[in-house]
Amino acid sequence: MYIITEGGPKALDLNFTKEVKQRSGQEIELCFQCQKCASGCPIAEYGEIDTNQVLRMIQFGLKDELLKSKAIWVCVGCETCGARCPNGIRIAAVMDALREMAIEQGITPGEKDINLFHQCFLDSVKSHGRAHESTMLIRYKLKSGHLMEDVGVGLKMFLKGKLALFPHSVPSKTEVKRIFEWARKK
Amino acid sequence: MKLAYYPGCSLEATAKEYGSSVRSVCKALDVDLVEIPDWTCCGATSAHATNHRLAVGLPALTIKQMQAMDLDCVVPCSACFNRLKTAEYNMTNDAAVRQEMEKLLNFKYDGKPRVYDLLAYMVEKIGLPAITKKVQKPLKNLKIACYYGCLSVRPAEITGIDSTENPMQMDKLVKALGATPVNWSYKVECCGAGHSVAKSAMVTNLSGRILAKAREAGADLVVNSCPLCQTNLEMRRPPGEDMPVFFFTELMGLAFGISEAGNWLNKHLVDPSKVLSAIQAG
Repeated sequence: MYIITEGGPKALDLNFTKEVKQRSGQEIELCFQCQKCASGCPIAEYGEIDTNQVLRMIQFGLKDELLKSKAIWVCVGCETCGARCPNGIRIAAVMDALREMAIEQGITPGEKDINLFHQCFLDSVKSHGRAHESTMLIRYKLKSGHLMEDVGVGLKMFLKGKLALFPHSVPSKTEVKRIFEWARKK
Repeated sequence: MKLAYYPGCSLEATAKEYGSSVRSVCKALDVDLVEIPDWTCCGATSAHATNHRLAVGLPALTIKQMQAMDLDCVVPCSACFNRLKTAEYNMTNDAAVRQEMEKLLNFKYDGKPRVYDLLAYMVEKIGLPAITKKVQKPLKNLKIACYYGCLSVRPAEITGIDSTENPMQMDKLVKALGATPVNWSYKVECCGAGHSVAKSAMVTNLSGRILAKAREAGADLVVNSCPLCQTNLEMRRPPGEDMPVFFFTELMGLAFGISEAGNWLNKHLVDPSKVLSAIQAG
């Protein structure tokens, strides 16, 4: 089967549809496009695809368009869409599955800084067992190149004693490392 | 009453005032908080947004430690609560996940629910009568917008909330402290959450809208239970916006007449002094 897209006819990748269903555990075919999810989405204006369109595109097997999109990265995971879905589809779980597939397939994220932030946060947890905001933020600033953003507010937080200088390392960080290794093996 | 306690990373850094006020208020209510000795990070948004195994594995390690303590565990941070409760829910309802966690972490999960949102625990288990009894300085001059955000509320099958559109626990608590909760329609809207650093303009827009709606409803202040919401509502607000934002435990501390409340409020990025003088005048 083919679908007519803006770029011409395209074969439906129904394996993609099946995989998203399996990974998210959600009955995506139940979506009948009522658009309740998109109308309540707080970040609708920041992505290029609306929430209901994401579900439609999964039904159509439009893998590349979705995995390369900004929409899957700007999703904040607030779960408003799923709470309001008349068919009980947890769309946030669908978004999680799409991001995970994009990462596994080495696709350049549609929003680089967001994924970079996630990776810096998780690196901090992996190293210390707990998140350490100061070192995580410095790492993010260096890697993203946004060095001067938030310097003023960062200083204010520091002076209020809200940024710990040194990470707090916990004994069970060895177990945390093991969990990371298990989670990241294919 | 003895409870296990999971502070989470923020309560020791950006939300220190939340951590201190939780401890003081619990002490005043004769609740003995026993910190989980070797707790680790819940994985927050970054884990579930990028790796579903990490999203269960990290909180499951803390659940294993919780199980060894055999106490109900209270979690003040909405995000930590959501991640720990989701892992507990998945381990209880999905045999494959449970078995995988048991193998990975070398323990036997007893299936007993232990993870509670501190706010819900205060209102439902410790109870409003016990809270009202401790009130020495009722907050009677204050109109308050109760802001719940996302993660203590949704999804309902995991959080166990009364309503995902109009939850009332915080409203009831604020009323018990002598203040007046306002009716407003943004109590469960998202503040922008974890995009605070990478997409700050977007978060300023979302957080600004919440504060503007609270003001429109006639509130003097916003109260919440999430360290990230607090940071976003204070740090990522539009210029000129001066609506103060509090943690619910700080208001409890003020109403209970706890003397160290001033130290918590010094940590705020937005000056709460106008609100404080209203309380003193009351």
